[in-house]
Amino acid sequence: MAKQSTAKKEVPTKSATTSGPRATAVAQKSVAPNLDRLIHERLRLGIISALAANESLTFSDLKTLMNTTDGNLSVHARKLEEAGYIACTKYFDGRLPKTEYKLTAEGRRALESYINHMESLIKQMKSS
Amino acid sequence: MEPIRLVQPAQPDPPALHERAMDNLRYIRETMERATAFTGISGWGEVAIGLTAVVASLVAAHQATNTMWLAVWLVEGTISLLIAGWSMDRKARAAQMPLVSGPGRKAVFSLSPPMIAGGLLTIVLFRAGLTNAIPGVWLLLYGTGVITGGMFSVGIVPIMGLCFMALGAGALFAPPGFANWFLAFGFGGLHIVFGVIIARKYGG
Repeated sequence: MAKQSTAKKEVPTKSATTSGPRATAVAQKSVAPNLDRLIHERLRLGIISALAANESLTFSDLKTLMNTTDGNLSVHARKLEEAGYIACTKYFDGRLPKTEYKLTAEGRRALESYINHMESLIKQMKSS
Repeated sequence: MEPIRLVQPAQPDPPALHERAMDNLRYIRETMERATAFTGISGWGEVAIGLTAVVASLVAAHQATNTMWLAVWLVEGTISLLIAGWSMDRKARAAQMPLVSGPGRKAVFSLSPPMIAGGLLTIVLFRAGLTNAIPGVWLLLYGTGVITGGMFSVGIVPIMGLCFMALGAGALFAPPGFANWFLAFGFGGLHIVFGVIIARKYGG
């Protein structure tokens, strides 16, 4: 329950990730113009990365991989789905309902540009 | 008016940003590695290994001497290793993940200790003339390797390992003469059945 509430709270503020608020604030200020905030959040970045390495993963696969709760995962997965980064199909495996996620072309591009962005940040620091 | 200079205060900020970027990249890479290890075992590769094992068991059954029988299975073992390596590599590439090195390494590290143990025991048992015990030892040790290697993989992989172990235990206590059948059923049958399930459920 607690996890779910952080997931919701995080969006209007900024990514509730590990390192201190100061670093996040700086990232927000100087990188915000073209940083993809949608996948900057840890769990969402994780979902995208896991899907980039697999053709598809089910909801429970992702839950195990990300070591998170149902509520938290579904909230973040829905955000990615709404952005068109991942596609979701629901089907029945016998009587069990299954949800399967795939990375869309748009999602893959978003991850690539995010990686490029991070790399350019690192380069920038090295050259300065 | 001095205090207004506070515009450029904290100098450790840029390194923090730089470190965060590195940390993000590391996180992406680790997640991808974990996710690939998760389903990195190639189902179709296992089906192929299973088919070669069925052929090997047929060929081995027709050998006149124990030495030839063992030779057939050793060749089969080498072929299986090559198929496994090649198919896992292909699956990792298909996932467009050239930076994946973790999953393959994990598989090698967890499978090789029981394989080495199996190799040594094979020599000892063969010299002692206990050829009938060899299939049980192979199945049992292969099963343990699959279980440990599959601990971080999809749940079905350790289950396959357990099936191998159960079959190996059966082979050890079965009457002589059934040994080759246990190998056909294990390395052939189990690989094909589980390979198809993995391939259909986990993308190849």
